Formats: sequence, C-alpha cells, structure tokens
Amino acid sequence: MNQAATAATDYNYTVVRQFTVMTIVWGIVGMAVGVLIAAQLVWPALNFDTPWLTYSRLRPLHTNAVIFAFGTSALMATSLYVVQRTTQARLFGGALASFVFWGWTAIILAAAITLPLGISSSKEYAELEWPIDIAIAVVWVAYGIVFFGTLVKRKVAHIYVANWFFGAFIITVAVLHIVNSGAIPLHAGKSYSIYAGAVDAMVQWWYGHNAVGFLLTAGFLGIMYYFVPKQAGRPVYSYRLSIVHFWALVSIYIWAGPHHLHYTALPDWAQSLGMVMSLILFAPSWGGMINGIMTLSGAWHKLRYDPILRFLIVSLSFYGMSTFEGPMMSIKTVNALSHYTDWTVGHVHSGALGWVAMVSIGAVYHLIPVLFGQGRMYSISLINTHFWLSTIGVVLYIVAMWISGVMQGLMWRAVNEDGTLTYSFVESLVASKPFYIVRLIGGLFFLAGMFVMAYNTYKTIRAEKGSLQAVEQD
Amino acid sequence: MDFGTFNGLYTAFLLIIFLAIVVWAYSSRRKKDFIEAANLVFADEQKQSANNNNQQGAQK
Repeated sequence: MNQAATAATDYNYTVVRQFTVMTIVWGIVGMAVGVLIAAQLVWPALNFDTPWLTYSRLRPLHTNAVIFAFGTSALMATSLYVVQRTTQARLFGGALASFVFWGWTAIILAAAITLPLGISSSKEYAELEWPIDIAIAVVWVAYGIVFFGTLVKRKVAHIYVANWFFGAFIITVAVLHIVNSGAIPLHAGKSYSIYAGAVDAMVQWWYGHNAVGFLLTAGFLGIMYYFVPKQAGRPVYSYRLSIVHFWALVSIYIWAGPHHLHYTALPDWAQSLGMVMSLILFAPSWGGMINGIMTLSGAWHKLRYDPILRFLIVSLSFYGMSTFEGPMMSIKTVNALSHYTDWTVGHVHSGALGWVAMVSIGAVYHLIPVLFGQGRMYSISLINTHFWLSTIGVVLYIVAMWISGVMQGLMWRAVNEDGTLTYSFVESLVASKPFYIVRLIGGLFFLAGMFVMAYNTYKTIRAEKGSLQAVEQD
Repeated sequence: MDFGTFNGLYTAFLLIIFLAIVVWAYSSRRKKDFIEAANLVFADEQKQSANNNNQQGAQK
C-alpha cells in the first residue's frame, strides 16, 4: 500500500490538512474545558468566583467546542478527503474550500469569546447568538457546494456509500440549523426564538436529537465506511446492507426527538411516537455497526498489530453499545428513572468519547501520514498508548455515570409511607460525589491521550519527507 | 378520508417503499455494480500504481 504515491495525484489536500490538524487542537481545547467543569462539579470553588469561569457558561463552551470544533473539523477533513479519493476528482470550487476552513475557524473563535461572556440564546447545542448563526449558515452552504460540486464532477460511475452518509449529514444539518435558529433579534448580542412553549421545546429537540443523528451519527458513519475498509485493506462487508441501513437510518432518526420530552407538556401521542421511532432505530443502527465490524472478518489478526484499526473497531463497539442503550432509555418507564440524572450524561459520553472521538482519532491517525507524505505515524507504540488511555478513560467515565445516575434516579423517586420524599436533593449530591471524582479521572485519561496524539502528530509532520516507512505485516 | 385512514395508508406506503429498497438492493442484477462501488475505496490507488508501473515500463 503505497500511500505516498497517491498523494501526488492532483487532490486538494490543503484544506484537509488544515481541518485534520485543527481536529487535534480543538479536541484538546474542548476536552480540557470538559475536564475543568468535571472538576468544578467536585470542587465548586474552581470557578474562582469569576463570571466567565462559571459552570453555566463553560458547559456550553465545552459542548460547542467538542461537537462543532473537534467533531465537525474531523467531519470536514474526512468528508473533503473521502469525496476526492472516491470520486477521483479534485475538490470543486477552488478557493471556496479555503473559505470554508477560515470561515469555520472564525465561527469557533467567535463562540469561544461570546459563550464565556454569557452571550447565549440558551437553546441547548444551539447557544450561539444570531450573527454567528447567520455566519454558520453561510459557511455551511459553501461547504455543501464544495462537497456536492465534487460529487457532480466525479470521474467514476458510482457514488460510494460514505458520500451518501456525508451528503445526508450536510443537507440535514443545514435544515436543522436554519429552522431551529429562527429568532427575532433585540440587538447584536440578544435574540428571542420565534417559537414558544411546547412548540419551542419540540423544535429544539427535533434539532437536538437530529444533531446527534445526522452530525454525530450519519457523518461519522461516513468516516467509518471509508476508513474501516481502507485500514483493514478489504471492501465493506455488505454493500447491500449499507444501502438498506442508510435509508432506514435517515428516514427514522428524524422522528426520535420527542423522547427528550417524556412527561412534559408535549402531547402524549408525540411522546409515544418518539419512543416507538427510537426503538425501531435500534435496527438500522446495529446494521451499520455489524457492517463495520464484519468488514474485518478474515482479517481479525490485523487487530493485534494495528492500533489504528483497534481504534476504529472499538469505536464501533461503543456505537453498538450506545445505540442499544439509547432506545432502551427512550422507553417511557425507563426514562422516568433515567431522565435528568447522570445516566444521560454517561450515555452521551459513551457515544461522544467512545464512538465519535475514537472513530475520528482512528481516521486522523490514518490521514496524517498520507497528508504529510509519510508511510506511517512517527510512533506506532504511542498510538497504542493513546488507544489504552482512551479506552480506560471512557470506561471509567461511563461506569461512574451509570452508577451515579441510577442511584440519583432511585433516590429522587423514593418516598416515605406518608408520601414525603425520603431524600433531599443535597443528599443525592453527596452520594454522587465519589463518582464525580472517578468521572474526572476518566476525563483526564482521555485528555492525556489527546496530548500523546498531538506529540506523535508533531513528530510525524516535522520528520523528513518520506523518512517514516510503512511497516509491512503479514 | 379521516386522519386515521390517512395515517394507515401513509404507513403502508412507507412500508412498501422500504421493502422496494430492500428488494432492489438485494436483487442479483445489482451485484456487479455493488462490488464495483465497494472497491472504489481502493480504486484510485490501483490506478496510481498502474500509472507508476507504466512509467517504469516506458523507462525500461
């Protein structure tokens, strides 16, 4: 597999390189903020009585940084790389690709400034105020033009399945963002949503859950469908399954949002519909997971010496786990226990760290040598170190949150014989404290892994061109 | 047509579309195209090494 030779083809790798490096940078920034706010939950004094260091302002900074800076940079890097390699055409639009990178970077910097200042529309995962929302829409449309323009000028007959997932992600996120951000501005730093009451809640979670479904799932399945076959050196297990699960996934995900609003003012039928659709979603989710993992059938031995493949396959295991957990938690009776507890936080992170971050990390380790004219990363054993730091970190995190979450749910619902609550809220907080410490340790493990990755990447980029030779196995 | 009948027909319509996609995807006529599509991941690499081989051949 001579990857250095293919780099000579006239592909636009500049924008891919920029987004790939920024994926690591934003990953460290976003996860570091996550570790800080995890520490604040153990030691509240860590906000130093400074308004812009308070949990309420840093939490949206953390979610925006990991989803829209780290995750979306990974998606933009991989989608703009995969679309070129599988269509054998150079990116459409010339300088427009650079506009996407610099525009997106400016948006992230604007978010990093406005959120700690407390400028927020207070809609979860859509906190940025209207001027930034408009900028997002413009850059996103440019991104769509570059991506779909490249598909149009493709030099092969078929559109590879990874591009279907990336395409669905790009179109749906544009629709979700534009509809959910509808607002009436008061001044440059404040606006009010055009939706009200239960409708506002429904639109918000239609957006929120489909951000999970199309940004954090469909987009990353696009990554999986290129990088797992490529790294394993064999085509995807079943192309037919990929088509069926693509259409099932995109048509069902859009209905699952109401499960965030069980036992609220949302009409009961809408809650039940959301629950049923979430349960059905289990099938296409596992279709994708099985397709990815089975791509390795006959090549399992590669897992022994290839930590990049290990990242990709373990990410699929976490994907399978969290897409089993999700439908289960959407069942109304289970949700009555789990909602508003740390179980939700654990579920999100098993998806976000275990699936999204680990599949991105695997893809970035595959990309860096290709993009910078090397045969492999500077150190394979450091990739392995990173793999174990990440895996241990995720496991510590989600196990702590499972125990803490179920305990909170049970304590909050416990009632005495006379109908009064058995426990006060503070008692449940005290009970959760040891698990918050374990969660913090898990987060530190994961963050440490990202620093190992940054060092390994730095050494790979700085190494003399072509000096790192691929190791031929089997 | 009342709302319930409409919902029932619409559900049946979606089910038929889904089954049609499954039948289409698993029909044996599509097999050759899908093998070709699945190998697109490696196609540009093979093309590149084929070019390199040609160049080497020309030099000899």
